[in-house]
Amino acid sequence: MNRRDFLNAIGAGSVACLAPGAAFAQRSGAAYDRLLVLVELKGGNDGLNTVVPYADPAYAGLRPRLAVPRDQVLQLDPQTGFHPALEPLMAPWKNRELAVVQGVGYPDPNLSHFRSIDIWDTASGSNEYLTEGWLARAFAAAPAPAAFAADAVVVGGAEMGPLRGGVRAIALANPEQFLRQARYAAPAGQARNAALQHILRVEENIAQAAARLSGNRAFATPFPAHPFGNAVRTAAQLVAGEAGVAAIKIALGGFDTHSGQPARHAQLLKALAEGLDALKQALVELGRWDSALIMTYSEFGRRPRENLSNGTDHGTASVHLLLGGRVKGGLYGLPPALSRLDGNGNLPYAVDFRDVYATVLERWWGTDSARALRGRFAALDVIRS
Amino acid sequence: MNRLAIARALVLAAASFLTASFALAASGPLGFDDARHLLNRTSFAAGPADIEAFAALTRERAVDRLLAGTGKPAVTPPPAWTGEPFESLRRFRGMSAEERKLAVREMVRKSVELQSWWLTEMLVTPSPLTEKMTLFWHNHFVSSQQKVRSPQLMFRQNVLLRRHALGNFGDLLHGIARDPAMVIYLDSASNRKGQPNENFAREVMELFTLGEGNYTERDIKEAARAFTGWGVDPDRGEFVFRPRAHDDGVKTVLGRTGNFDGDAVLGILLAQPQTAELVAAKLWREFVSPNPDPGEVRRIARVLRESDYELRPALRALLTSDAFYAPESRAVLIKSPVELVVGTLRQFSFTTGEPLPFVLGVAALGQNLFAPPNVKGWPGGEAWINSTTLLGRKALLDRLFRVEEMRAMVAEGGGVEPPKMAARMTEGRQRFLQALLEVQFDGAKWLSQFDGRPQQLERVVLASAPVSEPPQGTQGIELIRHLVLDPAYQLK
Repeated sequence: MNRRDFLNAIGAGSVACLAPGAAFAQRSGAAYDRLLVLVELKGGNDGLNTVVPYADPAYAGLRPRLAVPRDQVLQLDPQTGFHPALEPLMAPWKNRELAVVQGVGYPDPNLSHFRSIDIWDTASGSNEYLTEGWLARAFAAAPAPAAFAADAVVVGGAEMGPLRGGVRAIALANPEQFLRQARYAAPAGQARNAALQHILRVEENIAQAAARLSGNRAFATPFPAHPFGNAVRTAAQLVAGEAGVAAIKIALGGFDTHSGQPARHAQLLKALAEGLDALKQALVELGRWDSALIMTYSEFGRRPRENLSNGTDHGTASVHLLLGGRVKGGLYGLPPALSRLDGNGNLPYAVDFRDVYATVLERWWGTDSARALRGRFAALDVIRS
Repeated sequence: MNRLAIARALVLAAASFLTASFALAASGPLGFDDARHLLNRTSFAAGPADIEAFAALTRERAVDRLLAGTGKPAVTPPPAWTGEPFESLRRFRGMSAEERKLAVREMVRKSVELQSWWLTEMLVTPSPLTEKMTLFWHNHFVSSQQKVRSPQLMFRQNVLLRRHALGNFGDLLHGIARDPAMVIYLDSASNRKGQPNENFAREVMELFTLGEGNYTERDIKEAARAFTGWGVDPDRGEFVFRPRAHDDGVKTVLGRTGNFDGDAVLGILLAQPQTAELVAAKLWREFVSPNPDPGEVRRIARVLRESDYELRPALRALLTSDAFYAPESRAVLIKSPVELVVGTLRQFSFTTGEPLPFVLGVAALGQNLFAPPNVKGWPGGEAWINSTTLLGRKALLDRLFRVEEMRAMVAEGGGVEPPKMAARMTEGRQRFLQALLEVQFDGAKWLSQFDGRPQQLERVVLASAPVSEPPQGTQGIELIRHLVLDPAYQLK
């Protein structure tokens, strides 16, 4: 009998059915029955054309060709509106379940994709190099329940991002492939030293996740037929599984719009909005909408002044979305200060990205954030109790 | 030969005389297991014939033999474009979107060729230790093609690292500080009098020499002034000093005051004892164990300083130490993707064509050559292994030892999908699949080395006993597959 049969035989499924958050509450109080879904917008999303400061004359001045025409903007308030491709998000906005946080960034911003996403993933300062992701540190300080399939699952790529260095984080580049390859993991035997112990622990996590992640629920929710829609479907399947998972990361790539931005960006935002809408419907269908928080992030925004190739170059602060049944909808942060650009022509930030992380850790999971974020950051009052 | 070089030669001679006389007094032949340990830590992985050749030597002679083969240029001819006129760093300027796309694709092609060249060198070099140390310095003095965007400069940096790989750390530090790829990578080019960019000054102290906590922010600011005016000629790709951008005022760095230039600051950093300790501890983590012994690190650091930063005496001291051969140091290091892949191909005498599948393979496992994740380099150790990379490692190994099945699958056009990266290259897909067809492992021949002594096989393949013993009667390729898929195979 292999380990997987063994787990099935002793009814790992029924163990996992115990309310996971409750099982853990006795130990650290972290409410991991509340799910976090991270959505990475890879390449640096253009915040200014996502949430448009259409009433600011400087906006059209900086973007003679790229500005979203005022009459096409989906109005959020008298100054601010969505790109028209975000139409599917108007329902949660009107329902006050969508928080739009403007001006998220950090001091001394770095304009390299690689370095800046490193800073976001590890929640480091601009001049600091950390090895572990911020969520990995959070789970190290307050682990998810042992009965969970994993602390967290990264869908769609091998890059662990904010979970790098995490002990019980699984990457599912492709779920079928993962389940096929999981046969290579046969945890057994004595760890003779720390290195071997680490390897055996990873094997154990793989076997555990594979045994518990074979969810195959038929959803009534239709998922959009693009790669991001597939990632959303995989995420929904993971949530549908019995064993529990505290965080899921999905990604949508292609935001590095140095040229030909208008059509490309509209297409990306449409995919994003459709995917988030489908995710919302699937979570409602599973009865998890009130216990789920969806959050976008990206390495940086883009430069306010358009370039000569009908695109935009690397920028700094940008807008991010928080979405969920318990989110207090509305606008947060500050509108882009187009009159106060820095020496590179980039925006100052209004909200430190670690403030948003602190919101997740403190207000959503009810854990202490100081260790994971290596300091105190000001959580936003964006979660309904 | 200048005075410094003469002094160094004398120190070296004295150092090798001392170790040699010590050797006469102290040690007998290494024996099989110690020879295996030495070769697997200093080469990519050794076959039984090499191990036996070294088993008869004393520690000192074995290490001297390893060191004697080092310091030579690569034997693999570099891609032709490395010798062609420099492609200006400003080449992208004024290009249309379409031209730019083509130029970027061309740059990606060259970067992959550069990676293939290095991996080939690792596969064929007569001195694996030279390549291991070149890789060690690539991960110490980090630059990345992702930022530098010039395969020609990345190649030149690699040549510099190899030239000094087992030479003198001080020479290497002075060389790397004015290496064009490094100047671009750490923004020295935008470091000007009156508008200093502190990036290089900070990293040279934090990561290259002193280590965190051994300098102040003020030291960084002052040192940055000394490096002002260091730049790269964008059209020739060569280091230039721009006197008008240089701040020639008085600076105070680490308690010393003077009208320092960049080289003078590097001299001050080299004179600090922490620099030698940082290098010694890093060598320890590379070759001995994840937990440096403070007393031993101080001893190795002293050897470094007393030889004016010559690396060979330090490595000799490290590789002949009792700590290196101690049971606590066996099978405690996790193989990097490069060590795993190159080690397997070398140890089992695979023949390969273009190494593209392995270049993309090590990248997928987290080690994209010429593109470490940030200036700190690959963190290594346990960070190499997560659920994806562990399964990826095992799937790759399994495939290598089912190479006939794999070839059949490729020939039939199914089952093996090249990674996305290959699809982005011109003809990448065909080249990838063609390269797979050329991978060969002569199992019968390799196994014949163990005729009559099957236990030896396990001792060659694994650094420690397998976690799960092969079932009774497992033999031949089945046995190899069992051993390479065992968790212990991830260790060296």
